[in-house]
Formats: sequence, structure tokens, C-alpha cells
Amino acid sequence: MADYLVQFGLPVWLAYGGVALMQCLILLTIMMFAAATFTWMERKVSGRIQDRLGPTRVGGRFGWLQSPADGIKLLCKEDLMPAQADKILFRLAPYISFCASFCVFLALPFSNGWVAQQLNVAAFFILAIAGLEVFGVITAGYASASKWSLYGAMREAAQVVSYEVPFGICVLIPVMVAGTLDLVAIGNMQQGWGINWMIFHSPFMFVTFFIYLTCAVASTNRAPFDLAEAESELVAGFLTEYSGFRWSVFFMAEYGSMTAVSGLAAILFLGGWHGPIPIADLLGLTYSNHAILGWFGELLGACNFLFKAFLGVTFMMWLRWTLPRLRIDQVMTTCLKYCIPLAAAMFVGVMLWTYALPGGILPRKTPMAAVAEAPAWTTVETPGGDRP
Amino acid sequence: MPMERVDPELVEFDVRTDEMLINMGPQHPSTHGVLRLVLRTDGEVVTDVVPHIGYLHRCAEKIGEKISPRQWIPYTDRMDYLAGMNMNLGWAMTVEKLMDLEIPDRARHVRVMVCELNRIASHLVAAGTYGLDLGSFTPFLYCFREREKILDLFEEVCGARLTYSFITMGGVTGDLPPGWLDRCERFLREFEEVIPELHAVLTSNEIFVRRTAGVGVLTPETAIAYGCSGPVLRGSGVKWDLRRDGEPRVTRMYEDYDFEIIAQHEGSYPQDRDDYPPVPPEAVLGDSWHRFYVRMIECVQSIRLIRQAMAKYQGCDGPIGEPIKLTQKLPKGEAYLETEAPKGQMGFMVVSDGTAIPWRVRARSSCFCNLSVTSEICRGCLLADIPAIVGSLDIVLGEIDR
Amino acid sequence: MNATEIIDRLKQRFGDRILRSDTDCLDPWLEIAADGLHEICRFLRDDPDMRFDYLHCVSGVDYVEPDPKKAKKTDWQPHLELLYHLSSMQHRHRIVLRVVLPRWRDGVHGRLPEVSSVADLWPTANWHEREVYDLCGVAFAGHPDLRRILCPEDWVGHPLRKDYETPQEYHGIRVK
Repeated sequence: MADYLVQFGLPVWLAYGGVALMQCLILLTIMMFAAATFTWMERKVSGRIQDRLGPTRVGGRFGWLQSPADGIKLLCKEDLMPAQADKILFRLAPYISFCASFCVFLALPFSNGWVAQQLNVAAFFILAIAGLEVFGVITAGYASASKWSLYGAMREAAQVVSYEVPFGICVLIPVMVAGTLDLVAIGNMQQGWGINWMIFHSPFMFVTFFIYLTCAVASTNRAPFDLAEAESELVAGFLTEYSGFRWSVFFMAEYGSMTAVSGLAAILFLGGWHGPIPIADLLGLTYSNHAILGWFGELLGACNFLFKAFLGVTFMMWLRWTLPRLRIDQVMTTCLKYCIPLAAAMFVGVMLWTYALPGGILPRKTPMAAVAEAPAWTTVETPGGDRP
Repeated sequence: MPMERVDPELVEFDVRTDEMLINMGPQHPSTHGVLRLVLRTDGEVVTDVVPHIGYLHRCAEKIGEKISPRQWIPYTDRMDYLAGMNMNLGWAMTVEKLMDLEIPDRARHVRVMVCELNRIASHLVAAGTYGLDLGSFTPFLYCFREREKILDLFEEVCGARLTYSFITMGGVTGDLPPGWLDRCERFLREFEEVIPELHAVLTSNEIFVRRTAGVGVLTPETAIAYGCSGPVLRGSGVKWDLRRDGEPRVTRMYEDYDFEIIAQHEGSYPQDRDDYPPVPPEAVLGDSWHRFYVRMIECVQSIRLIRQAMAKYQGCDGPIGEPIKLTQKLPKGEAYLETEAPKGQMGFMVVSDGTAIPWRVRARSSCFCNLSVTSEICRGCLLADIPAIVGSLDIVLGEIDR
Repeated sequence: MNATEIIDRLKQRFGDRILRSDTDCLDPWLEIAADGLHEICRFLRDDPDMRFDYLHCVSGVDYVEPDPKKAKKTDWQPHLELLYHLSSMQHRHRIVLRVVLPRWRDGVHGRLPEVSSVADLWPTANWHEREVYDLCGVAFAGHPDLRRILCPEDWVGHPLRKDYETPQEYHGIRVK
């Protein structure tokens, strides 16, 4: 798009800068909107799970406006800072978390080609950036000058660093099968009927998906792995001294990463923007028919993708409101004794499976020859992703 | 440095990390009120716990020396505010013991009904907040939903939802309202359906078991030495319940009632019903899981008792009992009586010099003794186990501090 | 064993340490000399026929009438009493021990009367004795950690004494 603008005589720096800014704004809006929706949903879901209604007052029967109302409340709240806190770090910490969580969206495709920056190392980039979120938490815990915060930070550090390993392996497995780190390419590989989804690649991949889910919940600090905030033990962990807007920034970061890991799961395992039935292809909503039709197909894909991410987040909420919290040693045991060996075993399993049965065991229905732009499973040798 | 080190393992202990003193409370989400625990921690390991109490001390005993026994009943409500009926009962029976007063049968059955209902309510709060202590929010609301129904029933009986002052010396302050028994029966039926749900989300939940089994093991000897009572004692496998083992005055109240004392005896819990969840293999007798389990099963026994009491109440006519006069002169002497409250043995003592105002009033709190064992069983546990252990003791600070 | 047998047994063994007893009242009790408390308690706990394994409560009762008019009518001298409610889970019997102490040691106002602690026999006594110390003002010799328990640590006076005067304020907080 920037190239397009340059053609109209705009200076290169302005064109690229402007487009980048625009994309950032769009992503920020999406993230904010996701955070607002998910906070509202969290209340509604937890309410339903707990046999009550959840918000019903603000904004009609379903409390639609609860999140904006909360936002306003948080903005009006006094921003307290402990006297002994490290002032700069204390202020900085929420933004580190938020930026890390936000940057993940830069490389996360919403549909075929609908991505702020299509990287050929997108999966790697996301893993690296998502891991940065822990710095915000550690900084917050250290800067708060509170023992409880420090505990939260130390727990977070131990937990997230440990879970990065199985999480990374779980991401690596689909990447290995696809032969590319480019998420757009990985998404496009799963085109066609639902059977083409990565999760149905092999029984090993199926297991990997659940390990991925466990690690994703753990690395986003959601219950039952929310040890860093563990309100019944550590008051509120690293959030103890935060209030008002800074607190809400942490909160948005949390919901942002929830959305991000769910989205990543959708792309890596659940077919990305492809539904179980290739409706867009069957209806002929492809670029090969017409650009506008193709655009609509992409829109459908984006909805598909968002729906899958939404399902992932709902699953996390369901977990949170059902299960008690694990103890720190149990969390580490789960990671080091179960997740890592299992993930490694699955890695080897998928590797052997791909080697022994390059075409898979299930007959695959490729919907139409017209959309052959996506590489099939068999073209594993092709390094790098083909840009559409 | 002289080379004295022989055991190479000692090197490990030589690398010392700094210990940290942490104040857990008095404002903390899981200390159940204003309890303050000073923890000495080495990383996540807690090496020492010192409880500090007294933040809710309201001089109840001193006030008791200035007012007549009936006037003091509302103060007993505010001790264990989750089981006001049982507190009323303890004090009323102590004064009855001093005055050698017998109450009519009808009042006795009403007392059994409300006390057992209150026991269920108290155990529900214990179970719910215990879930909360372990990070599970949902069971808390399930428990409170059921407790709310009990409070509605109490509201019909005496107009109050928390501080009842319903049981008084000489009987109860009023008869049950018409239709109450049907509503009570309806609640019991509804509650029986909820119990398996609670077992599913708590008692037999895998994570719950892992968090509680083997945590905070209290041996029967320690429990008795520390004066523990109620579910805490029974969770250690001591079959001791004042409703059956107490003074004659207390056991007479439960005469010709049929119920089981819930404690693991000779390796198994009473099997009077087959829907109790099995004991997980990880659980050690006297750990937090057993204390929790005892409470859950006691609720079932309370349902049995209430059903029997309702039948007996319907089958007996006669007076409901006459409360003593507000300024009734007390006979000279001392009386000490313990009753089985939901949290343990609640003892009251009254010393009278022959006037209407007691010379000295004493409340022996069950939670006070149960809490004193904390530092013993918390030593060496993890930080996350502290809420798990303190929660399993089920304390109410109003009763500890009086 | 019933209360009479217990008291007889104790009288046999400890003789003059047992000062008074009463088995006809609601809770049979026996009064023991303060210096024999620990020894008798150890016997009560360890003797196979006694086995008083459960200490319910330690309570202090202050006997003094601050009102001089009423004080003339009382039939007792000012003193402090400690009551130990003991029972045995094994033998299912119970007894009350009574220890009579002077209100102040050696009659000097401000010096707390002393009695030996039984916290080493029944750990539950630890907190109960702290409470009695806090509220009634009895010092327990040999107590591992004799601090105030219900009142703040810098509180002045022992509130459950009958002649206790509530202070006007505590750290600037109005009390009375």
C-alpha cells in the first residue's frame, strides 16, 4: 500500500510512516476492542458459570457498556504509587507489558495477507515478543517495593521462562510440518475442508494441540496458572500496588496476550482463516474471480479467524472459573516433568509420521484447483513461504 | 577457615539465602478476617509462622460482667457470626445449667433444627471460602446461594439473617411460623442435589486434591494436645463429638436422634450413605483434605438430624418454653458447659454471686484453640499452603478475639 | 473415675497441696496450692488412671469489689482465681482445678502474681495463659512466650480485673 502511495508522489518516508501508523491504529483498535469485549465476556461467562447474571445495568439488558464504564472508572481513579517505589520503572512496567502484547499482533495474520507486516519468521517473532511480556511483570514486581509484588514477579519469571520451552516446541511442530515460519503460508496450507487442518495431521499433532493449550494458558498467566497474581496467596501479586489506569494497561496486556495465543493456536492448528467447509471457495469468493469477491472471501476468513480466537479465549475463561489454582511446585512439575517431555516426544512423533507418511493417511479433498496457490502438505521441501 | 566439613551435603546448606519476614494480614484476602500471620520465608518455603490475633477484640467478656445473661445473648451472636444459633445455644445452655432449668421437648426439637441448619450454613461458608483460598471462585458462589436459602429460613423464624438471638435460656423466643417446615424440607431437598456438585468441583477435583492432600497434617495427638475440636479434631481421626460425648445436658438434647459422627475410624469413614466420594490415595489422615471432607459429610448428617427433628417437632405438642426474665436472679455458683458448635467445642462459663448480673463471664472459643496449632503445622510448608491450611481450620476471627 | 475418686486419689498422693474440694456443685473442683500446680498437672496428664489429655480452658476470675460499700458485704478477701477445666477423652471424666492467687505478688501493687505455666504439658495452655496474662494479669513462670494476645502489646493494665480503669485514650484514639 505504501508503494501505491509513493506512486502518487508522496515522499517515501511519509508514505511508509503513514501506512505504518495507520496499521498500528487499526491493530490498537482491534486490541482495545478485544480487551473490552473480553472483559465484558469474562464477567458474563463467569456469571453464567456461577449461576448469576453478570452485568445487567450499564447499557441495556446485557450490560454491553460495562467495559467502557469500567474504563472511565479506572481513568478517574487515583494513580497510587508507593513512596518507596522505583518511580521510573513503576511507571514504565505496564507499558512494557502492553507493548510486548501489542507487538504480537503486528505479525499475526487475520486472514490471507491481512497482516500488518508479513514476516517470513512470524512464528519466531511472535514467540520472541510474547516472551518479553514477562519483563513488564518483573519490572512491576521489583519497582513496587512490596514483598508481595516481588513474590509475584519471581513466580512469573520462573513460570514463564519454564513454559516458554514447551510452548516453543509446540509452535515448532506445525512449523516443522509446514516447513516455514511464515504464518500466512502456514494458514494457507490448511486450506480446504476441515480435515486439512493441522490438528488433524496426525495423532501426535492432536496431542500437541492440547499441550499447546496448557502452555498457552500458563504463559498468559491465567488460572489455574495465575500464580503471579494469586489473590488468595499474594494479595494481587505484581499488581498489588497498581491502581487506576496503569492497572488497566496490565489488564489490557493480559487480554491482548490471551487473544494472541488463541489466534496463534487458530493459525497453527485450527486452519487459521479457513473454516471447516471452504465456503469462500465454494461460493467463488476468490481473487481469481474478482478482486472484490476475493476481498469478501478474506473478510469471511477474518471472521473465521476471530471466531476461533474467541473460542480459545472462552476456553480459557471456562478453565479459570472452574479450576482451583495450582501450587508453584506443581506448576513447575507440570511444565518440566510433563509438558516438556511430552512436547519433545510429540516433536519426534510428528517428525517420524511426516517422514513415513508424507501424504498423511486420510484422503484429502482439495476443493478446487483454482486455489492451488497454497502449498499442499506434500510440498514440505519448499523452504520459506510463498507470498500470495 | 578450619576444614571441619565432613559431609559434602553440608555445602548445600552453607549457601544461605536471606530470610524474609512477611506480614500476611491483617488485611489479606485469605486470612478470613483480621488475622495477622507473620511469616518467615526462605523463598517460597515458610520456615516459621507466628499468628497475631486481637484485631477484633470487642471486650465481650468484660461487657458480660455488666449486663444480665439474656442481655448478653446478642453478644454471643457476634462471636461466631456464621453460626449465631449455635453460639446462642451454648450460652443459653450454660445459664440453664447454672439455674438447673429444663426446657420443653418442643423447644428442644426447634433448637436442634435451627442449630443443625446453622451448622450447614457455617460449613457451606467454610467450603466456599476454602475453594476461594485455593483460587477457585465458583464453588464459593454455589455455597453462598445455598446458604442464602438457610438465611431466608432463619429470617422467617426470628427476623434476623445473621445475628439471631433466637435461642434463649428456657427455650426459644418464638414458635416456628406456619408452613416453615415445608419450606425447610424443600430447602433440604434442593440442597441434597447440590452436594454432589460441590463434591465434583471441590472434594474430588484433581487440582483440589493435589492442593490439600498431605498438606498441614495434624496428628491426633497434636490435635488433642492443642485442644483442637470439631471438624479439625475429627479430621485427624478422633471420633469425638459433644453431641454424643459431651456432658449429659448436651447429649440429652440429641437424645433419641440417629446420626453418625464423621471421623475416619479404623481406616474408613462411616458408610451410612453410598454417595460419599472416596478418599483419594494421596490423602493422609489429619491433612487439610480430611478436615474439609469431614465438614462436607457433616452437612449430610445435619440434614438427617433436621429431618428427624421436623418429624419429632410435628409429633409433640406442648409449650415452646418460656424465656427467663431479663432480670432473673442467678443462683450463686459456677457453671461451665461446652457445646458442639460447627467450628468446634464452644465453651461458656458463668460465675455468679447471686445477683442478676454475672460476676464473670467466660467464652472458650474453639477457633482460638484450633488456630493456636497453626504455627505447629505450617512450619516448612510452601507459601501457597498457608491459605490452604488456615482455610482448612475454618476460623472466624469474631470468635477468636471475642 | 468419678470426681470423688479423682479427688481422693489426689489427696492421697499430694496431701497438703490439695486445699479444698467440692464434688456437690455443678462442676466438681478442687483447689490446689499454686506451687504444686505443675506437679499435679503432670500427674493428672500422665497417670494411666487419670489421663487428663484435654485442657479445655484456663480462665482467670478476679475477686475484688471496687465499691467500698459493697466490699463490706462480701464474704471473701480480694484474690484472683485460676480455673483449669480438664477432661480425659480416654476415660471420659472431667475435673476443675482451682488455684487461688493473691491479686498482687507480695502485696505490692503492680507486681503480677506468679504461677507455673502448664504450656509444656498441654500446648493449648500457651495461648490460654497468654490470654489470662493479658486480661487478668497473672504471670506464668516458664511460659515460652508470655506476651499480650488480645490487647495491643503496649496496652496498660489488665482489663478483666474488677478495679480496671479504662484509659482515656490510646495513642491519641479516644477510648472512653
